[in-house]
Amino acid sequence: MSHNPAFDFSVNKENNTITIKREFAAELPLVWDAYTKSEIMDLWWAPKPWKTKTKSQDFREGGHWHYAMVGPEGEIHWCWADYIKIHPLKHYSGLDGFADETGNINNELPQSAWGVDFTNRGEKTLVNYVITFPDLAQLETTLQMGFKEGMTLAMENLDEYFSGSRPE
Amino acid sequence: MRRDIFQAIADPTRRTIIGLIALQALTPNAIAEHFDTSRQAISKHLKILTECKLIKQEQQGREIYYQLEVNKMKEIDQWLEQYKKIWEDRFNELDYVLLTLKKDKHEPQSSV
Repeated sequence: MSHNPAFDFSVNKENNTITIKREFAAELPLVWDAYTKSEIMDLWWAPKPWKTKTKSQDFREGGHWHYAMVGPEGEIHWCWADYIKIHPLKHYSGLDGFADETGNINNELPQSAWGVDFTNRGEKTLVNYVITFPDLAQLETTLQMGFKEGMTLAMENLDEYFSGSRPE
Repeated sequence: MRRDIFQAIADPTRRTIIGLIALQALTPNAIAEHFDTSRQAISKHLKILTECKLIKQEQQGREIYYQLEVNKMKEIDQWLEQYKKIWEDRFNELDYVLLTLKKDKHEPQSSV
């Protein structure tokens, strides 16, 4: 597995934040579209073998993205993101949570706030993603949910999954 | 029944209990005082947390104190490592999507 040298993932347990930096070999407007247009998000947002299916999106401040993560066995997790601030081609922020099919947010499960910054590097674009959690325990629970969402495999199988051969 | 750290932190009451005893060891009574629920309900949560090996009991005189198993919290770190891999995977997928989009832009064949 090739590792992109311009990938940085850091966890700050004191501020309850995770910062994820990544450089992409594409010009900024294209990367911006890939992060903000649901038809493109649908192509990459869900970790394999899960797929993203957008139910509705309204990309504006106060708008939302309502989507499902669909698993290989047809399992569905409904997610809801609220868009808070949008500065085109620079930054956007919002709140992420779990919901149901009709868009009712599940308040039992933790919500996370995030902000995404885009920096022009000529032919390349740097994306800085900061996720903030109300407290550490929620961070951990959210991670667990992200994990469930991403993988249906049991914990024990995960290492094998990453190190071993993967289906095409 | 399989108990693990993720089951321990999946419940909001248990998360609060973890937060409380992370600061200092507490007796079951002292923990229960922080909640409106019954002593019995709190005992059940303490039992699950103990089974998940996230907290342990310590006898001090006549009282039992619960304290956090710090090492167990390290499992979270291992888990973070896996979460990081999910993001890496996701971004690798995005690389591919961007490449495809760039190609489409440079070689327009038909409108989608």
